[in-house]
Amino acid sequence: MIRLENVAWQAGAFGFSDLSFTVPGGCYGVLTGRTGEGKTTLLELICGLRRPLSGRIWVGDREVTGLPPGARGLGYVPQDGALFPTLNVREQIGFALSIRKSPPDGIKRRVEELAAALGVTHLLDRRPDRLSGGERQRVALGRALAASPRVLLLDEPLSALDDDTREQLLGLLQCIHRETAVTVLHVTHHRMEAQRLAGLMLNLEGGRIREGLVGGGGPASEKL
Amino acid sequence: MNSHADAPERSWKIDPLWIVAGVITGAYLLFLLGMIASAATYSSPTELWRALLAREIQYAFGLSLCTCTLSALISLLIAVPVGYLLSRGRFAGKAWLDAALDVPIVLPPMVVGLCLLILFQTAFGRMIERWIPFTYSVAGVVLAQCVIGAAFAVRTMRGTFDHLSARPEEVAMTLGCTRATAVWRVTLPAARRGMFAAATIAWARSLGEFGPVLVFAGATRLKTEVLPTTVWLELSVGNLEAAIAVSLLMVGLAVLVLTGVRVAGERL
Repeated sequence: MIRLENVAWQAGAFGFSDLSFTVPGGCYGVLTGRTGEGKTTLLELICGLRRPLSGRIWVGDREVTGLPPGARGLGYVPQDGALFPTLNVREQIGFALSIRKSPPDGIKRRVEELAAALGVTHLLDRRPDRLSGGERQRVALGRALAASPRVLLLDEPLSALDDDTREQLLGLLQCIHRETAVTVLHVTHHRMEAQRLAGLMLNLEGGRIREGLVGGGGPASEKL
Repeated sequence: MNSHADAPERSWKIDPLWIVAGVITGAYLLFLLGMIASAATYSSPTELWRALLAREIQYAFGLSLCTCTLSALISLLIAVPVGYLLSRGRFAGKAWLDAALDVPIVLPPMVVGLCLLILFQTAFGRMIERWIPFTYSVAGVVLAQCVIGAAFAVRTMRGTFDHLSARPEEVAMTLGCTRATAVWRVTLPAARRGMFAAATIAWARSLGEFGPVLVFAGATRLKTEVLPTTVWLELSVGNLEAAIAVSLLMVGLAVLVLTGVRVAGERL
């Protein structure tokens, strides 16, 4: 579950106040809105990369408003993937687990399992500068999912991809959501993408959220 | 009728701007090379070599290499956190801090030396000197070099961090890192070329540092004499051969460092 309660944020003339919404546990939420409405900022507030002026934020059943980003139990995929420039794919996917000092065997197993699921096994020894746009996003997804987060935040992950790659990744995102119990909040301004994926549609306009339930990505109950 | 008459004129002519820029660049380069070549051909190689074998000059050469390396490392240790703060930090007075850190670059070198000398005459300075004597000592040479070297290294590191996206670092934080771990594991490895460049710039600046070293650390032979001091000391006693020999040695070192940086920078 992701829940925001009366969240306010301000930077110069731009900001919002009293923002509240809930993405139920296991639901695929899609957040739409015009450029400059603050969609990325909203994700950063949930991540803990920005601090709200007021209000409360829940991730899962835990209030995380005062917690640092790393203690919130979420996975974040920014727009361009933001892969670590000097690490290879294996190290990227295993990063969250190595930070948690997981045993090397466990990291290796998890990396291989995720790489197979994401179709990047043949890329494990490559660095980001030798990956295509689609491959980068797959790796960024794997990196975000490695520590089995309760919540996955995706910031326009498919925006810079060609139609075929976008189609493949759409299928992959649906598959990930179907096979894990992860709650997703996916920012996009691509209507087709939103319709295909959304269990819950959220529209950010003029500092207000408008909610609407859709078919597709409703709460999932299976776990990988 | 000429079929080409109406065709648009092909403009293969070189733009006059390029010609002017090319001539100015060529003249400037010729002037620089002429300066070095005239110094190099002033005396015979045997004379120059003999001058370099003098004990004082060999000491100055060794001291220059050691102090420059140490001041480059210290400059880098200062430049990484300061550059990071200037690049990533958002705080009131940032523009003022940015300007203040340029002070060593814009101050006349002699004034930097004089300020150092006066600082170590204060109660605070004397307290420090109870532990490490700086005034007229080798430590003073390193400190005088650092003041200038670090200012240049800070500029380079700030530019390096400005060019690196903050996103990977932020993602690392969402994956469980503290900011310090994220910087250590993600940002610094990506900034290694910039760190290398910053240390090199600090090293090269330190090698040529004369004014602050002379005023603060003195020019005592076989004690605080570095290569620029040697040039000045030899010139002041009319030993032009030795001054030229040391100058050429410094030119050689500079060329070596620049080449080394290019080669190593490409491999990093």
